Amino acid sequence: MSAAVSLRDVHKRFGEVEVLKGVSFDVAPGEVVAVIGRSGSGKSTALRCVNRLETIQSGEIEVHGRRVDDPQLDLRALRRDVGMVFQSYNLFPHLTVAENITLAPRRVRKTPQAEARHIAVEALARVGLSDKIDAYPEQLSGGQQQRVAIARSLAMEPKVMLFDEVTSALDPHLTGEVLKVMEALAKGGMTMLVVTHEMAFARRVADRVIFMHTGKVWETGAGEMLANPQTPELREFLANGL
Amino acid sequence: MGGFTLVHFVYLLQATLWTVVLTVLAFGLGSLAGFVVMLARTARTRWIRAVSMIYVDIIQGTPLLIVLFLIYFGLAVVGIELPALLAAAISLMIYCSAFLGEIWRGCVQSVPRTQSEAAECLGLTRWQTLVDVILPQAMRIATPPTVGFLVQVLKNTSLASVAGFVELTRASQVINNSLFQPFLVFGIAGALYFALCYPLSRLSRALERKLNVGRRQPA
Ligand SMILES: Nc1ncnc2c1ncn2[C@@H]1O[C@H](COP(=O)(O)OP(=O)(O)OP(=O)(O)O)[C@@H](O)[C@H]1O
Ligand SMILES: [Mg+2]
Repeated sequence: MSAAVSLRDVHKRFGEVEVLKGVSFDVAPGEVVAVIGRSGSGKSTALRCVNRLETIQSGEIEVHGRRVDDPQLDLRALRRDVGMVFQSYNLFPHLTVAENITLAPRRVRKTPQAEARHIAVEALARVGLSDKIDAYPEQLSGGQQQRVAIARSLAMEPKVMLFDEVTSALDPHLTGEVLKVMEALAKGGMTMLVVTHEMAFARRVADRVIFMHTGKVWETGAGEMLANPQTPELREFLANGL
Repeated sequence: MGGFTLVHFVYLLQATLWTVVLTVLAFGLGSLAGFVVMLARTARTRWIRAVSMIYVDIIQGTPLLIVLFLIYFGLAVVGIELPALLAAAISLMIYCSAFLGEIWRGCVQSVPRTQSEAAECLGLTRWQTLVDVILPQAMRIATPPTVGFLVQVLKNTSLASVAGFVELTRASQVINNSLFQPFLVFGIAGALYFALCYPLSRLSRALERKLNVGRRQPA
């Protein structure tokens, strides 16, 4: 059994406050796992620990056999394997769409300019934005910016993609286009760990759903668990519609 | 005792040139040192941040004239006699490094943290993140205050006169000592300073306006 991502009894504190209280779960290669839960339950923190944006106090995290909690970790190697997309897109505002996408391939993988351009063309085709290649981020809608952010991450050919509430900042009519891109990615076999408030997406696209509550994995199961919650906490979470 | 002649005016113009030379030297070296100070002030290592903060506090809390005295007269006592131009340039460089370092630290830190997080998630090194993502954005913000500070430096070069360096202020003193026409002589000197500073001030203000208004409109 070699999981793409595995967390074992992960504890994370910010100062005195323990935010993750022994979190364990696995993501198999090619699997799509949705993480749901109330605000403050530690979803983002768990995700950020996976690519070492946060360091943990105890426990083990592994990504494709690489120990993330190892102090000697080759951070850049980890980040070549793991892509991340944020709620706030975080595109580089001073660069065009093409430059946003090709920056990492050119700097990190030393891809020549012409070839990098080709990478941008391909990545943008995957998110349906080929005509925006020379636009600046602020000339795009939120949904388009988020798709560019996904393309930017894909251009580095990660083995695992982390999504942290990537549609939460979007108008409802723009979330669909982003979710569609993510669904296509899932169908294409990408390993995905998706923090989301989109229950319909979790049910339809995710192979497994993890419900986090007060810094713990509270309940986990297939998408159907959302129709048939076992714990009162999940029931309440679902009933209150977030 | 004669009147103010063309010879005097040419003498003042030459001195103005030295003022410019000193400014360029001080600001150029000061920018390099200021960049290092900015790096140190935003370093990950705690003690580097602490040491650089002490440096900045000391320089910002000391009159430039005292720094100049220390460099020019102080070093002479221990046997290091610097030419007045060099002593003045070094003093101004130290002065610039502290102030520019702080100005630029503020600009670098005003770029949202999420920008460097996104860059690091893509596998960029800290240095690549700084050069390709943070600095281009910080530079936009930094330009108006930096040009504004350049005006301060230009005016502060007049302090070099106390070390006997013949820049514009010193030159006008020399002329006035023989002509005793302070209003005329220092008036002309002031006008020459103004002619140098005013365009820079305007530039700084124009850049600031451009920064506030000049956001690209959605296509
Ligand atoms: N850098 C930080 N420093 C201190 N506390 C933090 C930090 N980041 C998160 N926290 C705290 O950790 C807890 C969990 O935060 P986290 O962002 O993981 O929650 P979340 O489940 O993602 O919530 P949301 O749905 O609002 O995004 C919160 O109480 C939050 O205040
Ligand atoms: Mg969150």
